[in-house]
Amino acid sequence: MTDTNPGAITSEVVSHLASLARIALTTDEIEKLTGELGAIVNSVAKVSEVATDDVPATSHPIPLSNVFRADVPGVTLTTEQALAGAPEHDGSRFAVSAILGEEQ
Amino acid sequence: MDYDKALELFEPTLGFEVHVELNTQTKMFSDAPNPAASGAEHGEPNTMITPVDLGLPGSLPVVNEEAIKYSISLGLALGCQIAPSSRFARKNYFYPDLAKNYQISQFDEPIAFEGSVDIELESGRTITIPIERAHMEEDAGKLTHVGGATGRIQGAEYSLVDYNRAGVPLVEIVTHMITGAEADAPEVGKAYVSAIRDIVRSLGISEARMERGNLRCDANISLSPRGSGKLGTRTETKNVNSMRSVERAVRYEIQRQAAILQKGGTITQETRHWHEDTGVTSAGRPKSDADDYRYFPEPDLLPVEPSLELIEELRAALPEPPAERRKRLKAAWGFTDLEFRDVNNAGLFSEIEATVEAGTTPAQARKWWTGEIARLANLQGADASSLISPADVAALVALMNDGVLNDSLARQVLEGVVAGEGSPADVVESRGLKLVSDDGPLIAAIDEALAAQPDVLAKIRDGKVQAAGAVIGAVMKAMKGQADAARVRELVLERASAE
Repeated sequence: MTDTNPGAITSEVVSHLASLARIALTTDEIEKLTGELGAIVNSVAKVSEVATDDVPATSHPIPLSNVFRADVPGVTLTTEQALAGAPEHDGSRFAVSAILGEEQ
Repeated sequence: MDYDKALELFEPTLGFEVHVELNTQTKMFSDAPNPAASGAEHGEPNTMITPVDLGLPGSLPVVNEEAIKYSISLGLALGCQIAPSSRFARKNYFYPDLAKNYQISQFDEPIAFEGSVDIELESGRTITIPIERAHMEEDAGKLTHVGGATGRIQGAEYSLVDYNRAGVPLVEIVTHMITGAEADAPEVGKAYVSAIRDIVRSLGISEARMERGNLRCDANISLSPRGSGKLGTRTETKNVNSMRSVERAVRYEIQRQAAILQKGGTITQETRHWHEDTGVTSAGRPKSDADDYRYFPEPDLLPVEPSLELIEELRAALPEPPAERRKRLKAAWGFTDLEFRDVNNAGLFSEIEATVEAGTTPAQARKWWTGEIARLANLQGADASSLISPADVAALVALMNDGVLNDSLARQVLEGVVAGEGSPADVVESRGLKLVSDDGPLIAAIDEALAAQPDVLAKIRDGKVQAAGAVIGAVMKAMKGQADAARVRELVLERASAE
């Protein structure tokens, strides 16, 4: 899907995202979410009213950069810990339902 | 369609995406041990992970400084500019090979951009491959599909996920479109991947073993009708994982697309999968709608702003560029043009250089790598470098120099090493392949052979030394090849004249 207006939340956008996320939505839910997501996007879009071309885009509120970690191994999870929250597993690997489509 | 015919009608345009797994000690954004680190093993499933790799609530990624330095070094070695400021982005997609539902990658602000790599073809032709960008990202976990058709995604009933590989530092190197390769296109693919492999190996930033997935290549190929000036629709062939396969896949795709276009058909823009066993590509998903990744800046990570000092420090530490290295090695090794070209085409510089460093002569190293090892590699459809380490080749040569092995025993030992039976010394021991160095058993076998062939004995005594060949042959057979033929000859002459 190509976005001519990436900000516009339509019911098509919502149902497309839902299918990508494998979430089954009813028509009512899609309509409701279209409205709610639209309201969120519109309120965030207010930023563009004050941002002008001479304001550089930012992804972080604090002017920091180069926060790094030394390349030293730390503590890992045990297999039991890793799988503790998994609805299904085979004792060492997570089990997920059949994958339709292709590997990324 | 016949390859020559395809080239007559169409001009191929290529593009490559090569993923390089960095061999840092830990992952890109977590301090879990990196399974792609030098000497690391993959480990039992889900034992090399932290909450960050599972995207658990409350976990925060932190960038591995070493991975940044490796990426900058790679960018510099590719002749790229290094971005004064670059950012990470979330690439959103819905597939369980990453637990977060997104991959942390770089989108509009890669760490390195606009470079080039010169590659040399067998014919001596040099082609400059333009590099668009090299960006950092994290590798994904490994899925095993269970049920349905074996190993295929379609029809799988469920999938098992191991996240050990999730978060391994990756650099993705993307070329601009490569035009003008013409009939050399398949070789360009192979030579380019080989050049990237040589560069990352010389930098020491990746194990670069294609059979282990340390280096993975996606090949984009399109055809345009000759003289039309119109770019064709491209396909992207994924995960072509040996240099030989890159060459075969490009050739196959050119022939396949040419056949469709000539019949008036159209090429679908899609991902295709390369099948090593059958040598064909097959259609995967169409590119259009699944590529809706909704990239946005990663809010958990801060911009990377390398200082000029750091960049210059890393630039100063760059190893010799592979093209210059080629010239130097040619002079140092003293091979003929033909021998050197064979080594170059086989992509064996690093192997031979490392083998020579481990103590062999250049000629010995070349003999093994382009001879017996290449033959075994060909039989297995693998790259020679995946079969044996340079240190083991040097150890094998040393065993020959020490008189423990002759040429035919050394070949058997090599087979043992390739079969995973351990080092050459281990194989000598476990297979009992040593040359008999004690003269006692040799003399016994010689006396027996001389007694069995009295006519030969008589000829030798008459001074017809060449007659000894028959006896030497019999003795070698009796010793099952585990004797030094030169020593046997000495002893045969000695025994013949003694009696």
